[in-house]
Amino acid sequence: MLEFILITIIKAVVVVTVLLLTCAWMTYAERKILARMQSRIGPNVAGWKGLLQPVADLVKLLFKEEVIPGGAQRALYLLAPLLAFIPAMLPIAMIPFGNKITLFGREINLVIANYDNGLLFILAVASLSVYGIVMAGWSANSKYSLLGGLRSSAQMISYEIGIGMSLIGIVLLAGTLNLVDIVGQQNVWYKWFIFRQPIGFLLYFVCAIAETNRAPFDLPEAESELVAGYFTEYSSMRFGLFFVGEYANMVTVATVATTLFLGGWQGPFLPPVLWFVIKAVAVLFIYIWIRASLPRFRYDQLMKFGWYVIIPLALANILVTALIDLL
Amino acid sequence: MELAIFILTSLVAIVAALLVILQRNPIASVMYLVTTFVAQAILFIQLRAAFIAILQVIVYAGAIMVLFLFVIMLLNLRREDFGKDIKLRFKPLAIAFAMVLLIETLVVINASLVPAQPGADLSATFGSVQGVGKELFTTYLYPFELTSVLLIVAILGAVVMAKKKL
Repeated sequence: MLEFILITIIKAVVVVTVLLLTCAWMTYAERKILARMQSRIGPNVAGWKGLLQPVADLVKLLFKEEVIPGGAQRALYLLAPLLAFIPAMLPIAMIPFGNKITLFGREINLVIANYDNGLLFILAVASLSVYGIVMAGWSANSKYSLLGGLRSSAQMISYEIGIGMSLIGIVLLAGTLNLVDIVGQQNVWYKWFIFRQPIGFLLYFVCAIAETNRAPFDLPEAESELVAGYFTEYSSMRFGLFFVGEYANMVTVATVATTLFLGGWQGPFLPPVLWFVIKAVAVLFIYIWIRASLPRFRYDQLMKFGWYVIIPLALANILVTALIDLL
Repeated sequence: MELAIFILTSLVAIVAALLVILQRNPIASVMYLVTTFVAQAILFIQLRAAFIAILQVIVYAGAIMVLFLFVIMLLNLRREDFGKDIKLRFKPLAIAFAMVLLIETLVVINASLVPAQPGADLSATFGSVQGVGKELFTTYLYPFELTSVLLIVAILGAVVMAKKKL
């Protein structure tokens, strides 16, 4: 028992550290890639080719003065960044990032929690992440924040349904909600669920981009209309928490997509963990690529797209999958 | 260990539930209600009903309460709106409903005072997605389908009332 707890704690600490570091250098990668795509140079002053930029950003954020606007709901205003940050960090606990390895004579499963309802757990935690944004928008007592918060809550409710439905096809085919088992079923490349559920993958990815408030669905923080949306009034590290939360959500989406659709850590020649990282990074790169390529949707287009296109398509996908699975 | 978790989560659930009705800020009320739901979910997990626990978080905490929040934010209540001058027209009705709830609670508590059988006859799939799903679609098929009809009727009613001019 004690040994189990100890191993789990060590795994959790390592994974969360890696996740936070990934988030930090995701900001650098995003700025660099965007700059390249727009014929700019990007950050290049701090460290070799600007590699220390995230450290500089962190130090700056930590030493900034924290301003709380007058008329803000103080307690909720201070709580909101944590409500956005914590659900972003939780789902990684269910993601298997490698096969069993033997370390110091013990067999260690490279997943923090091998849980039977892992997929549902991820969806449940994701459904809680809207509170941080809504609270931030409402408690700051600013019109831009409030509008950003309202937009985001409507958007996240709409696209959450799409996410859940787009994954039902996989659950139908795999017959389990355990992420470790789902990876186990994709042991050859043509068994990857991206080939058996192509529409499901597209729907999941589109919905996930909307759910993480990224371009082209980044309406809650549309600069030209809302300054910065729900976190307009935030400063210092509380602003930083929203930022890290957003990137952690992106990493979660990338790892979930890797696990469910791209065969997880499975792959030839290279060690499993490396395969997992390669696939996740590829998904993250597509994220940034899309941001550089597509203009922002209008808000009514976004809602119509969610309810009139995504959800009917997802329902049709479930029906067809169920039929094929029956035959 | 299990007992400690039970006592802690029960305390959180009760205190948060009390705070839902004891303070006046509606947004804070919603947040305390969410806290209660999450604590309840942990209690469900301790009862080996993991699926119900997760549904509790997804449906109540993640969807319904967000809609509550949405409505409250759109109404844009000011502090004086939920002050002392709450209309007392519905007082008799409120008391009647509270009495019904109280009696129901007492009945449930009375029923659960019988010493519980320790979970010896629990099957392996008890409370899991497979177990609950199988029960829903075999033993309880008719109640389940009736509930879905009820939900559709409710949605239709809302659409008819909201889109009268359409």
